[in-house]
Amino acid sequence: MTTISEVSTSSAAPSLSPEVARRLKRRYAAERRFQVYGLSAIMIGLAFLVIMFTSIIQAGLPAFQETRIRLDVELEADKFPTDPAELTADGLRLVGWTGMIQKSIRDTLKPEARSDAVLMHKLLSPNAEVAVRDAVVDDPSLIGSTLSIWVLAAGDVDAIMKGTIDRNLPEEQRTVNDKQLTYIDRLDADGRLRKQFAFTLFTAGASSYPESSGIGVAMIGSLFMMLIVLMLALPIGVAAAVYLEEFAPRNRWTDIIEVNINNLAAVPSIVFGLLGLAVFINFVELPRSAPLVGGLVLTLMTLPTVIIATRAALKAVPPSIREAALGIGASKMQSIFHHVLPLAAPGILTSIIIGLAQALGETAPLLMIGMVATVFTYPATPMDPATALPVQIYMWSGLPERGFVARTSAGIMVLLGFLIFMNALAVFLRKKFERRW
Amino acid sequence: MSAVETNFQGSTEVPPNTAVPSTVAKMRGRDVCVFYGEKQALFDVNIDIMEQEVTALIGPSGCGKSTFLRCLNRMNDVVDICRVTGAITLDGGDIYDRSVDVVHLRARVGMVFQKPNPFPKSIYENIAYGPRIHGLTRSKAELDEIVETSLIKAGLWKEVKDRLDQPGTGLSGGQQQRLCIARAVAVQPEVILMDEPCSALDPIATATVEDLIHELRENYTIVIVTHSMQQAARVSQKTAFFHLGNLVEYGETEQIFTNPKDERTQGYITGRFG
Repeated sequence: MTTISEVSTSSAAPSLSPEVARRLKRRYAAERRFQVYGLSAIMIGLAFLVIMFTSIIQAGLPAFQETRIRLDVELEADKFPTDPAELTADGLRLVGWTGMIQKSIRDTLKPEARSDAVLMHKLLSPNAEVAVRDAVVDDPSLIGSTLSIWVLAAGDVDAIMKGTIDRNLPEEQRTVNDKQLTYIDRLDADGRLRKQFAFTLFTAGASSYPESSGIGVAMIGSLFMMLIVLMLALPIGVAAAVYLEEFAPRNRWTDIIEVNINNLAAVPSIVFGLLGLAVFINFVELPRSAPLVGGLVLTLMTLPTVIIATRAALKAVPPSIREAALGIGASKMQSIFHHVLPLAAPGILTSIIIGLAQALGETAPLLMIGMVATVFTYPATPMDPATALPVQIYMWSGLPERGFVARTSAGIMVLLGFLIFMNALAVFLRKKFERRW
Repeated sequence: MSAVETNFQGSTEVPPNTAVPSTVAKMRGRDVCVFYGEKQALFDVNIDIMEQEVTALIGPSGCGKSTFLRCLNRMNDVVDICRVTGAITLDGGDIYDRSVDVVHLRARVGMVFQKPNPFPKSIYENIAYGPRIHGLTRSKAELDEIVETSLIKAGLWKEVKDRLDQPGTGLSGGQQQRLCIARAVAVQPEVILMDEPCSALDPIATATVEDLIHELRENYTIVIVTHSMQQAARVSQKTAFFHLGNLVEYGETEQIFTNPKDERTQGYITGRFG
């Protein structure tokens, strides 16, 4: 009588013929080769990602700091209007601020010749007076006293302080000459120079000078546009998807609509910009450069994505849920709104966030509707001129000053930050809600 | 003997019900044909479903028994290409008449599906949803009572009364199916359709559900589609055998299983095909 172990050992370990062994070896080799291909593809991708991030961060980080100069500004009472009613932001605009702060830097550095004075004035940002003016508007009682205040240094001074302009270069190759270097050193030795976090980058609007330009206006413009996209694309997209997926009859017309929606998702975004230009600006005569128009164009661009993703989310809800609701006498509408939509909500939410992220990063259509604009003041409503984050980055990238190169990269970092945040939010929401049945 | 003549016997008139004179036909099908697009799935089905009885529909896969079941509460309406001709009546009224509200019909003819499909909500909400959308209750207390009685009728109350707020999807398969039965019972239907209710359950859960069907029969008319002939024999009073879209034979369960009149029925119940 044979035991089980005897049977199994006698039949185990069959000897392979050399033919079979060779073929087996080739099969394993092919599998290993394929894995190496895949792995190297991933490594190349990762390497480029790392290169991109390091170059952007390296170029952009300096823009998050700015250099300021401490000045003692004499606010002589006779230069200000005497009527207290005129001590407002508007009334104070015409005061000779430039003269005042130029005098204070002359008093600090004591020029020997008239040409020296001009060089000293150039150490200050042309927008340095804004800080002084704001301080006086906030507190008019300062008039008549001497105000000690940190004002923006010129972009060149900033570059010297950060080392982006090499002070050891021959003088004719620098935008800062030797005399100005000695002034900078004297100010530094006096403790009148400091680097600080560049709030200007986040608060300022457009400017011809890198040190006083920022993404403030662009962020508000983008925010307005995101709100408009959210308010329009979410209801329209979800309604269209629910109708097409749940109610529409399956016939030639719905097939055509479906194919066209899929095609629209692949249309180059600049085409949507042209459409917006033709319809919203030329026909409806909405204002140019307005976030309202930008939002409408981005909504058109985002809708196909939202509709397709929402339909996929609805399709993923098991039909048994629909049947269960219908089977106890829910109407079709009730079965969809009470059961199907809540289950599809995480998918829909994800699709909306991905759509918003796509819209946030879009530049081309906005160029067509005039959002490539130099806007200095915050837009108060979506009808006021504004620009958008990616458009601001695009505009900066075309400017030659060193400071703008840094600001371009800093803007990209902020934009990427928003996009990463939104995508992470989408992933988080999906993970949190998806496993419900 | 049988309450119904089938089409190939050439008559659509129903002879007086001699088998069980005390009961009346709850639902009737007359010359029911179902088409999916060009394809015909059911051919002239004539059947009387008796009140407070369990009627089992048996037959090989694709024979049209589920299709017919879904005609009884118009679940086939959901399918675009599906077309139904002939007449199906509930208490004498044509359910395919234009004046019939399909939502109201499905409240009267409830359904339990093959795979347990509780809503991904709490056990309480699963039961309460139906009464709520039909406006059956005026107060929370009434609703609580419906939930309790429905769960008691489905034999689930003892197991879940302490965790009504927990998700229905967390129950075992058999419990989920009984929850679905409780959900169907909660809207106070007159007929309950069951589409292979035990095919996804283990033998023990199946036995529980079969016992439940026995008890429910006292108050409801039940139509059950099943692949298991033993189950049909155990739970039903009447059995209908479908084959290739035809209702081949319909009669007392005992007669169908012991003394089938049609060769095809004989072949199916003895396991020669299907």
